[in-house]
Amino acid sequence: MSTMIMRHLPALLIATPLFAAFLMPLVGAAGRWVRTAWVFLGAALTATVGLLLAWQVFTTGPVLYVFGAGDPTQTLPGDAAFPIRIMFAVDALSALMIVIASCSSLAITLYSLNAEARQSGLETFYAMLFLLVTGVLGMVATGDLFNFFVFLEISSLAGAALVAYRIDEGVAVEAGLKYALLSTVGALAVLIAIGILFAQYNALNIAALASRLQFTVLDKVALVLLVVPLAMKCGAVPMHFWTPDSYTTAPSSVTAFLVVSSQASLYGLFRILYTLYGSLLSWATFGWFLIILGVLSMFIGVTMAIPQKDVKRLMAYHAVSQTGYMLLGVGVGLAVLGNRAALEEFGKTAMAGGLFHIFNHAMYKGLLFLTAGAVFYRTGTRNLNKLGGLGHTMPWTMVFFMIGALAIAGVPPFNGFASKLLIYESVFRFSPFLAVVAMVVSILTLASFVKVFHSMFLGARRAEYAAAREVPAAMWVGMALLAVVVMAAGLVPRPFIDHLITPAVNALCDRAGYIATIFGG
Amino acid sequence: MMTRLLLDLPFFTVVLLVVIGLGAMVLKRNLIKILMGLSILESAVNLFLVAIGYRQDGVAPIFTNVPSLHMVLPTVQALTLTSIVIGVATSAMMLSFAMILYKKYGTVDARDIRKLKG
Amino acid sequence: MKMTKIVRTTADVFYPFCLAFGLYVVMHGHLTPGGGFQGGAVMATGAALLIVARSYEDITGRLRKGVLKVCEATGLMLFLLAGLSGLLKGLPFMANWLTQTGGWVGKVMEFGPNGGELATGGLIPLLNVGVGIEVLGGLSIILLYMISGTKEKKP
Repeated sequence: MSTMIMRHLPALLIATPLFAAFLMPLVGAAGRWVRTAWVFLGAALTATVGLLLAWQVFTTGPVLYVFGAGDPTQTLPGDAAFPIRIMFAVDALSALMIVIASCSSLAITLYSLNAEARQSGLETFYAMLFLLVTGVLGMVATGDLFNFFVFLEISSLAGAALVAYRIDEGVAVEAGLKYALLSTVGALAVLIAIGILFAQYNALNIAALASRLQFTVLDKVALVLLVVPLAMKCGAVPMHFWTPDSYTTAPSSVTAFLVVSSQASLYGLFRILYTLYGSLLSWATFGWFLIILGVLSMFIGVTMAIPQKDVKRLMAYHAVSQTGYMLLGVGVGLAVLGNRAALEEFGKTAMAGGLFHIFNHAMYKGLLFLTAGAVFYRTGTRNLNKLGGLGHTMPWTMVFFMIGALAIAGVPPFNGFASKLLIYESVFRFSPFLAVVAMVVSILTLASFVKVFHSMFLGARRAEYAAAREVPAAMWVGMALLAVVVMAAGLVPRPFIDHLITPAVNALCDRAGYIATIFGG
Repeated sequence: MMTRLLLDLPFFTVVLLVVIGLGAMVLKRNLIKILMGLSILESAVNLFLVAIGYRQDGVAPIFTNVPSLHMVLPTVQALTLTSIVIGVATSAMMLSFAMILYKKYGTVDARDIRKLKG
Repeated sequence: MKMTKIVRTTADVFYPFCLAFGLYVVMHGHLTPGGGFQGGAVMATGAALLIVARSYEDITGRLRKGVLKVCEATGLMLFLLAGLSGLLKGLPFMANWLTQTGGWVGKVMEFGPNGGELATGGLIPLLNVGVGIEVLGGLSIILLYMISGTKEKKP
């Protein structure tokens, strides 16, 4: 039994959340407690499967799973010359993303058990949440370009439905429509690119395509059609305009997972640049493309964040800004990928910083959005000018917010510092100017969060929030889970970097290794 | 020359449909018309996928009373079907959003539905 | 909005035929063009016909949202369980372990043209049926929700 489960983990990774989502309408009819138990069970099982799969990848190497074949590792059916079956190829980078998605989905689902309990239509809410989780897990686990598109659409549709979940607020539906429209146009561009690639090379498998790519003019068109929508989906400036709207109006638990979903797009971007096109690209051009996107996102994100009055909108702009760090770190790695000496000297450190920042960002930004949701849950407002003095009544929420805020600002000993330090020191060797920009953005981030902290939690007790109490248990546990990870990754970053990040960096650089995994070379 | 042109006809149609679809999405102000533009764009992509799957003298891989076994690999057809299914879900969801917005704001004019700013 | 009696009666007469044709498309999905989604969509057309011919209040008695929701969930479960069933045989997810086994969906066939033998395809007809039920439920619910938006105000 246990060997069977270990053997089929990639399939279970998708089947478990789907199972939880599909049975939700039936379970919901059985009453509130059954539904709550089912949601908890589904989330816990999904996270377990995800972590087990990641553990398997980190201990025994990339895991390959072919759907519908006689044997899960049989990639070429019969006497075919190219893989036509759908397959999951989970390497260390995918495993890192799976760990991120598993941890935050568990914490977020726990949190939402209390946070959303007052809303109606909860079966649909949880079905959509599980579908969103499925989409994200599928995007990062698949080894097939078309499959990637399908999971991208699943996550976009579920995400848009969840953004618009509070339909009594017109703005929520407006944001949902905007998100759905942009995602669909982006996904259609991705689909055209997939069509172009398939027409030339008769393959949809990423590894098969990578081994055949000739870099013709059409391939360049396809590259643009793949990169631009994915950059938009991860919220990079100048295509960030959907982020603040969607992040603000979505329920907080959903926002925290939308962050993970946009990071799955970031994964897609890296996978396409490093693995699919890889050595065919001009390193410097695309490295600088990512770096410029990153610097723009960092700077514009933080400057837009500072004047915001709505706490979630402010955090959304900070999310754009933090995405910039990831793009900067990985972009520097891409720019020196052809130069072995520079790559070993600082390129891999920069990539490690970028990827570690993805992990850290998902944790502390999730935590921050959850605390904002907790404040909204008790006070009913997100307006910073109206909030104040909550430190007296919601001390735990204040502590969690402090942990998140110090982490995002890159203050030691929290996890944001660990990844930002890697980025600073490696980017400084590449271009001192960029490192200075990154540090300035960090300082501005700190300033912005000090302001938020001051106006939300400090000050005298306010009469209108006298009824505000500490949040219910499940919300507390959800936030505490993320806070513990933030603290752990900040206090002892070494095991995280050695066991999670470095294998992922090596997997990202090793294009030939990825192709060999599929073709059994 | 003529056959070449005929074989390329679907691709010209795809370009035309993409232009019409994007044009409707950018220029029109009515939400329903914007969504219609999106649908046209989706059709363009579907047509593109089917068109690249065309092989001369190949038959569809349907074994029922098939005249020859010289068949095409139906991958693009499968992709198109998937894309159509996704398109149905997207259209349904976005049209219901438009309906809700009409109920809330009393208009489907995209210029009036701009509460989100900053 | 209520249509005339002629329209309503015609819709009632055509409804079973719509369902039957949809079911045909679903059942023959592995032999002819069509399949679960297309057949389910044809069946949902029957629901659309009823909805167009009658008022919203009339229709909720015949098409219940609860039943349709159950349809949706059951169809999806059937699909997923059929996919997972291969795991018990030691085969991967979605492996077609029923084909060529001589069972009631796995008649042993030779490779090549066939005259439309329905009992073939192994797992695929089961998946088609699952998808068909799901699409019938899903699309009908969408139609019902959309029509509920146009509900007329009582004078």
